[in-house]
Amino acid sequence: MAINNVWVFAQVSNGAPTSGTLELLTKARSLTGNVTAILGGDASAVAGALGEYGATKVYATGDLAGKLPGVAVAAAMKAIVDGGETPDLILFPQNYEGRDVMSRLSVKLDKTVLTNSVDVVADGDAVAATTPIFGGNTLVTTAFTGSAPFLVAFRPKSFAAESAGGAAAQVVAASIPDTGAAGAAKVTAVHVEESTGPKLDEADIVVAGGRGLGESDKFAMVEELAKLLKGAPGASRAIVDAGWVPYSYQVGQTGKVVKPSVYIAAGISGATQHMVGMKGSKNIIAINKDKEAPIFGIADLGIVGDVHKVLPKVIEALKGR
Amino acid sequence: MNVIVCVKQIPDPATPGALDSATNTLKRDGKLILDDSDAYGVEMALQLVDAAGGGEVSLVSMAPNGETAGMRTALAMGAVKGVLVSDPALQGSDALTTAKILAAAVQKLGGADLIIAATESSDGYTGTVPEQMAEVLGLPSVTFAKKVKIEGGVLKADRQTESGYDEVECPLPALISVTAGVVEPRYPSFKGIMAAKSKPVDTVTAGDLGVSPAGWAGAGQKVTQVAQAEARQAGEVIEDDGETFNKVVAFLENLKVI
Repeated sequence: MAINNVWVFAQVSNGAPTSGTLELLTKARSLTGNVTAILGGDASAVAGALGEYGATKVYATGDLAGKLPGVAVAAAMKAIVDGGETPDLILFPQNYEGRDVMSRLSVKLDKTVLTNSVDVVADGDAVAATTPIFGGNTLVTTAFTGSAPFLVAFRPKSFAAESAGGAAAQVVAASIPDTGAAGAAKVTAVHVEESTGPKLDEADIVVAGGRGLGESDKFAMVEELAKLLKGAPGASRAIVDAGWVPYSYQVGQTGKVVKPSVYIAAGISGATQHMVGMKGSKNIIAINKDKEAPIFGIADLGIVGDVHKVLPKVIEALKGR
Repeated sequence: MNVIVCVKQIPDPATPGALDSATNTLKRDGKLILDDSDAYGVEMALQLVDAAGGGEVSLVSMAPNGETAGMRTALAMGAVKGVLVSDPALQGSDALTTAKILAAAVQKLGGADLIIAATESSDGYTGTVPEQMAEVLGLPSVTFAKKVKIEGGVLKADRQTESGYDEVECPLPALISVTAGVVEPRYPSFKGIMAAKSKPVDTVTAGDLGVSPAGWAGAGQKVTQVAQAEARQAGEVIEDDGETFNKVVAFLENLKVI
């Protein structure tokens, strides 16, 4: 059984497929020419872009009308499988919606899941996914032992999105079966946290702050430096948990994965949970008081010093240019 | 209002993780502690029961060797009882089997108005078990909840999204997964710690719960290779003498980003 039919759980943001969706489509079309996107929403505006990156078909549920995608989209996918389609491999992004849909679907299909993956390889009958563990120091390859479909979730930026110049995907309506009590959760309001400047996971420069800043209002230094460098501010999990900054700032295993040209870690010791999210940066500058901090093990330039003394001087010097 | 919290007992995250050389699964045979991520769920459960003016918090856990040390921490915080599923036959279980086991343990406790889990464990972090449990139990769910309250028998939660958060309403019974930092977990009191020693923990096997196949037999996955990732080399590390900011500026200049 080779891989002949790959599905990608697609997501749309601001009227366009997300970067994660395009990354997964790019990978999918390297495995087979038969790539289908599954969308919880309306596909009319994105069928072109989905096709350009490799999808030949897109199943779209139409507006979810406040339903959470986990239950609704998984039910729609199960119905398509019951209708006779036989996906060999289903790719999900490792994010909120991707995880929910994948989890629900895994129970409906009684199939195992592999998550946090960075690659998937099909070799004849064997399909295996690679996952970094222990902060990315060790790569574990795990093969599926059961029968298809195989469900795999990928970290952001596992693949580089490349256009294939394909024609628009054929849009096929997918209906959502009655989900009963399980589908009873409803979104009643949507809140978008405003941010100015480049998006954290797309910025060319990221300045991130951690517990070493000492107190929440010192994060202003991080924001100021990020602004001066036309970059985005980021944060360690410790200060997000402490409520200093919103979750959308978090870099790491449970936050955003960033790969900027320059990553400046200010007062971040480098817990494995954090390093997983930023060690792919091209250049890393770390400023931390503790010279034993793990972050220095991966920094190109490490300053052992007080972030409250070093950062203001860097900011001052940049302002003076 | 009765709440069941899923708690994982994990190796101390302060000690470096290791893989069992025979099975390539995480070593979990030493002393286990309550996963920090689950302390938030336990605290949330205690607060919700308190706000409801009655009810109790129970625990479900799955761990090797009849381990209850982590559960005792949660009992010391205020949970009243627990079900532990411990069975050599469970070794090698995948996330789906784990969800089936925990769902069966929830049913053994007679279900609850609300089931709470962390978004993912700190050791294995597959991150699918809560939502898989909800599907097994046929319950609605709100994952990644960062603020939770119950009003008029309806769960109201702020759910984390990529760009901010959604307000979500959900009838009970339901399952939620809560993010770290959702509440500030209490420290167990001395009295609580003493009381926890005599609180009932019902230890059962996969067979008792009627879940089979479990462990290796039920897992649809097998580790085939373990390799070292390409290590990133450390660069120049210098002590700050008041002038190292120049180094930072020069570094940025060299990269032509300023």
